[in-house]
Amino acid sequence: MFAPAPFLLKDASVSQVMIQVCVALIPGIAAYASLVGPAILVQLVIATLSALLAEAVMLKLRGKPLALFLTDGSAIVTAWLIALTFPPLAPWWLVVTGTAFAVVVAKHLYGGLGQNPFNPAMVAFAVCIVAFPALMSQWPSVGLQLGLIDQMNIILGWAPRVDALSGATPLDAMKTALKLGEGSFDVSTLLANQDIYGNFAGRGWEWVAGGYLLGGLWLWHRQLITWHVPLAFVGSLSLISGALWLYNPAQFASPLFHLLSGGAMLGAFFIATDPVSGCTTPRGKLIFGAGCGLLAYIIRVFGGYPDGVAFAVLLMNLSAPVIDLLTQPPVFGMKDKA
Amino acid sequence: MLMNLFKFKGGVKPPSNKLQSNHLPIAQAPMPSRLIVPLHQSIGGTPRPIVAAGDHVLKGQMIGQADGWISAAVHAPTSGTVLEVAMHVRPHPSGLDSLCVVIEPDGKDEWITRTPINHKAAEPADVFHHLQQCGIVGLGGAGFPAHGKLTPSKGVAMDELIINGAECEPFITCDDLLMRERADEVVRGIAVFRDLLQPKKVLIGIEDNKPEAIAAMRAAVDAQNEPFSVVAVPTLYPAGGAKQLIRVLTGKEVPGSMRSTADMGVQVFNVGTAYSAWRAVAYGEPLVSRILTITGNVHAPRNYEVLIGTPMDELLALAQPHPDTDGILMGGPMMGFLVPNPQVPVVKTTNCLIAHDDRLFPPKAPEMPCIRCGACARACPHELQPFEMYWFARAKNFGKTQEYNIFDCIECGCCSYVCPSRIPLVQYFRFAKSEIWAREREKNAADQAKARFEFKQYREEREKADKAEKLAKAAAAQAAKKAAEAAAAAAAEGDATAPASAAPDAASPTVNPEKDAKRATIEAAMARAKAQREAVQPKNVDNLTPEQQQAAAEIEARRVAAHLVEPEPVAPPSEKSE
Repeated sequence: MFAPAPFLLKDASVSQVMIQVCVALIPGIAAYASLVGPAILVQLVIATLSALLAEAVMLKLRGKPLALFLTDGSAIVTAWLIALTFPPLAPWWLVVTGTAFAVVVAKHLYGGLGQNPFNPAMVAFAVCIVAFPALMSQWPSVGLQLGLIDQMNIILGWAPRVDALSGATPLDAMKTALKLGEGSFDVSTLLANQDIYGNFAGRGWEWVAGGYLLGGLWLWHRQLITWHVPLAFVGSLSLISGALWLYNPAQFASPLFHLLSGGAMLGAFFIATDPVSGCTTPRGKLIFGAGCGLLAYIIRVFGGYPDGVAFAVLLMNLSAPVIDLLTQPPVFGMKDKA
Repeated sequence: MLMNLFKFKGGVKPPSNKLQSNHLPIAQAPMPSRLIVPLHQSIGGTPRPIVAAGDHVLKGQMIGQADGWISAAVHAPTSGTVLEVAMHVRPHPSGLDSLCVVIEPDGKDEWITRTPINHKAAEPADVFHHLQQCGIVGLGGAGFPAHGKLTPSKGVAMDELIINGAECEPFITCDDLLMRERADEVVRGIAVFRDLLQPKKVLIGIEDNKPEAIAAMRAAVDAQNEPFSVVAVPTLYPAGGAKQLIRVLTGKEVPGSMRSTADMGVQVFNVGTAYSAWRAVAYGEPLVSRILTITGNVHAPRNYEVLIGTPMDELLALAQPHPDTDGILMGGPMMGFLVPNPQVPVVKTTNCLIAHDDRLFPPKAPEMPCIRCGACARACPHELQPFEMYWFARAKNFGKTQEYNIFDCIECGCCSYVCPSRIPLVQYFRFAKSEIWAREREKNAADQAKARFEFKQYREEREKADKAEKLAKAAAAQAAKKAAEAAAAAAAEGDATAPASAAPDAASPTVNPEKDAKRATIEAAMARAKAQREAVQPKNVDNLTPEQQQAAAEIEARRVAAHLVEPEPVAPPSEKSE
């Protein structure tokens, strides 16, 4: 028999990694739930169940051991990221469609766990925003206070989708206002006068972003992610938004607004750090994170979509293999030769 | 004593499990019932056996002679009788047999005459020879013959001599105990190495989880007034890897491709090697025993001084293994291996025996796909990208694994240790390396075959050309001769005044004398052959005793009487042909 050294192994497993990612999402989820109500929890449950079902079907079809792979937690992470990036009152079938597409196409058709070149949750987001742009842009208006039953009815399609549902995200509202105003509004007036905004960015959304930041720092502390991607993401986003803000503060929002809006924090700590579809070398991760931040800014400010994180991550996923190839670190003893 | 330490990237901190075995002093293992001493115990040439079954040997008597410069002699660990020189399973993961000398101890433990050497007065070459003849090899793991590492590289100044007392593998405490109890002799051995290598500095690296050993070594260094630095290095596996320890103590990074660290002006020896070198130099004692940790799933873990060749099951019994023990691990849990069977002997590089069971070493969880988390790359002390090498090794794309520097991998096991997908990465790398080696051998063999074939073709063509040339020459000669004959005949018959004919009278009678000469030659050859035949005698009739000759004569007489043969001494044809 071949020697199976080492005989001692660290207590680590894929499911432990995935469970810790889920735990790290909890502060953000809590802030989100206090902002939009229990709907988000309902969406999390719907996404989780559909992800597990899709995973089970695909594993069965591919002849893989069900118990081993269903408990690895990777489908749950994908499901949660989908639930957290889709509008909280999106109809149930939209979430199910997105999740199923992520698990079946983006993950299993590419070879399953560890083989997907694109982040499955971001694939789901991109597919749905292209296929169902209206539904993917309907965010609950600020101050819309609905109970669990009402929210359930909306999500399940038993109640009409009222106008109050079709609000925009703070990011979208800002872009639209600045475009429509054609110079008659400036950023500071908008921030001060509309109740969609809080102190720095969207009212309440600031806290959600803060929750993600907190969870992300914990992931870094647990050494599940390295500092490279989040720092480069936040850094490049701050740099480009800061430069344009200094150039024209009336037309361009501050870096803080951009960092605390939309999917920036979730993207920097939870999405761009996905090891399977991202870069793996230290320098590669810096390029990857910086690219995500830069592209996200360009798409969300100059592009046609309310937020740019999903497309930015997908574009960088596309370039990850070549970045990795070009940024291989020198090995021990070969540093002066490299 | 304060010095600037360097860090190496990566590394892991597995539970050390050293406390079980390091609280008791080194004990002497009892004499085993028999000793199985493998001849191949070090890197390099396999020593040739110089004893045979039935020989009586003394303790320290050479039984295997070093084969070449990179090889070290092997000795009888005690006095006794050689039972056999035969193939036995050796303690190696391959489980293959190798030539061993099996000795039955006589219980007297009687030493051979030991001759020390004054290493300061003797020529270095004589000291190297002495160490080689005493079988001193690296006791840290690889078993490289010590004398082979005691010459500085040409044109490179020897900056640092590093003595490795790090002992970073979990469970193992033999170097710890050696330093605690025999620091004085270890330091004297280091001084021998220092005298031979003449380094600028001597650094003794010990992991900081061995405070007693550090204190003992410092005391010994001070007592002998040597300018050696005893340095506590941070406990981090694999700090005891030669290249990692060099990095920590000197900041130098020796590339994986560099075979000898001496090329960077640094040389590393294990503390155990220094100790046995001192015993060899000062007392003329060859390496016949070593200190060994017996631990794991046992009642009484401890360090023992054991004879090389002691069967492992007899040693494990000393530590009283628990009944659920299901194997013996040789070496540490990070780089060791399960021995093929419990009766395999201890060799010079056996530093630890661990009784294996599922509680200490739980069976591994099923392997999952790689999620490229990069934990392996962060743990790799050689800063490789194990997940990339795994990817290509799995796909049998071995060229790519080499592009990712697979041969820099020291198989320390850090990557497998941290992998959340439980991928046995090191096994993949060993597989890839052995495949690459196998292909290289095949390629070399094919290249050689090709060269042989091409030479054969060249030779055949050359021979053909030679033959054609010869034939052409012969034909030309023949033609010339014929022309000459024709001219001569024409001259004899026709124009008598022609100057071409030198012997007009001899022209016609030459035909008959030629034929006669030919016949004579043939007859002479036949006569020679006959004489030769008759001269050849059957070999088995040489040197016969008078009795045998008489018996043969009698048989011959009977055969003649029975008219089977002519009464003439002719050897049978079958024997003639020999």
